[in-house]
Amino acid sequence: MAAQLALLPMAITVLGVYIGTVLWSLRISFSSSKIFPTNDFVGLAQYQRLFNTERWIVSLQHLVVFGVLFIAACLVLGFLLAVFLDQRVRGENALRTVFLYPYAMSFVATGLVWQWMLNPALGIQSTVRSLGLPGFEFDWIVSQDKVIYTLVIAAVWQASGLVMAVLLAGLRGIDEALWNAARIDGVPRWRYTLSVVLPQLGPAFGTAFVLLAVGVVKVYDVVVAMTQGGPGNASEVPAKFIMDNLFNRANVGLASAASTVMLLTVLALLLPWWYGRTVQSRREVRG
Amino acid sequence: MSSPTTGRRSRVTPARVGLYALLISSAAFFLLPLYVMLATSLKPMEEIRLGQLFALPLHVTIEPWRQAWASACTGLECRGIQVGFWNSVKIAVPSTIASIFFGALNGYALSFWRVRWAGALFGVLMFGAFVPYQVMMYPLVRSLAAVDLFGTLSGIVLIHTVFGMPVMTLLFRNHYAGVPSELFKAARIDGGGFWRIFFQLMLPMSLPIIAVAVIMQLTNIWNDFLLGLVFAGRENLPMTVQLNNVINTTTGERLYNVNMAATVLTSLLPLAVYLVSGRWFIRGITAGAVKG
Repeated sequence: MAAQLALLPMAITVLGVYIGTVLWSLRISFSSSKIFPTNDFVGLAQYQRLFNTERWIVSLQHLVVFGVLFIAACLVLGFLLAVFLDQRVRGENALRTVFLYPYAMSFVATGLVWQWMLNPALGIQSTVRSLGLPGFEFDWIVSQDKVIYTLVIAAVWQASGLVMAVLLAGLRGIDEALWNAARIDGVPRWRYTLSVVLPQLGPAFGTAFVLLAVGVVKVYDVVVAMTQGGPGNASEVPAKFIMDNLFNRANVGLASAASTVMLLTVLALLLPWWYGRTVQSRREVRG
Repeated sequence: MSSPTTGRRSRVTPARVGLYALLISSAAFFLLPLYVMLATSLKPMEEIRLGQLFALPLHVTIEPWRQAWASACTGLECRGIQVGFWNSVKIAVPSTIASIFFGALNGYALSFWRVRWAGALFGVLMFGAFVPYQVMMYPLVRSLAAVDLFGTLSGIVLIHTVFGMPVMTLLFRNHYAGVPSELFKAARIDGGGFWRIFFQLMLPMSLPIIAVAVIMQLTNIWNDFLLGLVFAGRENLPMTVQLNNVINTTTGERLYNVNMAATVLTSLLPLAVYLVSGRWFIRGITAGAVKG
């Protein structure tokens, strides 16, 4: 009895917050709600309107560009850092601390620091110019075409240490005897890393990928802090589109449709991973 | 054939030199923003206007720090970032305690007690960890407003507790899964009830995992922006939200040194937690990677 009572808060959270609010949002997304939710149901009209809204389409495009570059760069950089650190280097602890500290910082602080460093008038651009390269151009943060890449730089700086930590843990789990055997057979180290180590890191890569991908879909703070979605709407992202339509533009129905699309995206990313893990653990049980 | 030095591990080979060169340049990339932040925050504005981002300050001044803490403006109010600091303390401390308590309680009940519907709930809770906040935002605002908790300190604490529940429950469930069930059975035979075993046996045994949980929750909640922005209300805006307001809504000349001092101040607590906790911090990350 006491156990059931103790689990009551969890039950209320799951049913009320995680299931209840999602269903409620879903319901709103099928209605014509503006400032307040109404019971005037309009089918998929909000979804149609959503995908005819240029700002939403642009946000999605930005998210794809940002997501692909961010995840690829984080995985590559994180993998390289982990492999380098795994070579019995001096000062490993200090280096690991340096690579991971940005992850302890908030997205807001990250966005603000990079906003300052990339400031064209006083930041990196002007500094390099005054060092004797007057033609140096690095004004991406105010450029419609390139601002999205500045978000990638800041986010990679913040999160690649996480990939490093996850992969390093995976590397430490690989049997040292494998390398000794490969070395005796005359296999060079890089070849060993590519064909033996990399495949064994599969699950660790999967975990890192999911963590990064879910972060991509939710990306919001760093955009608000660094560019506010600008210049123009050149760095708008879906999470910001939803927040603006919920609280500033009184488009609750449209925002709910957008958030449903966001949820479906997360599920699409998550289910294959979840399925893969389940299959894998079943295999392990069978031996 | 072999000289006496070849057996030593730290031979100076070109590969080794290249390795260190790469590691050191990566470290420089990661440290650069921290250096720029600190250097900028210690310069007077005249030096900043020279556009020498990487130069050390010629005349070190702590005036920007004082201003950032005590007199920087958000809108019409000029009481500095300290307002946000204390708000964040008021939010983070009770939220951390509450979310850890419920996480430990859930983990304990799930691991040792047979409750038929609990497994399914736990599965949904794990999925809940991935639901974007935006999906739940509007219904939560309406629900909290209906019970007069929207825009209050209790409201934001409740929100953090609820959103911290999946990861905390997972953390403690995995921890208790490693506790031998004989121990629990012995406690039962000695007449221990649900709460007594929890408070007098399980919680005291969980101190290391509680430390990991404190590190995770304290940094996560301190660094939160979105939830604080929406749910905390004007009077309780956390430090991250205030920092963003100070920097991105100023009118007139932008005081970059004050801005950077404020940014460092906002990052100080999570950075300190990170530096002090080291490996424990990494344990929290890998636990948060949903290994269930």
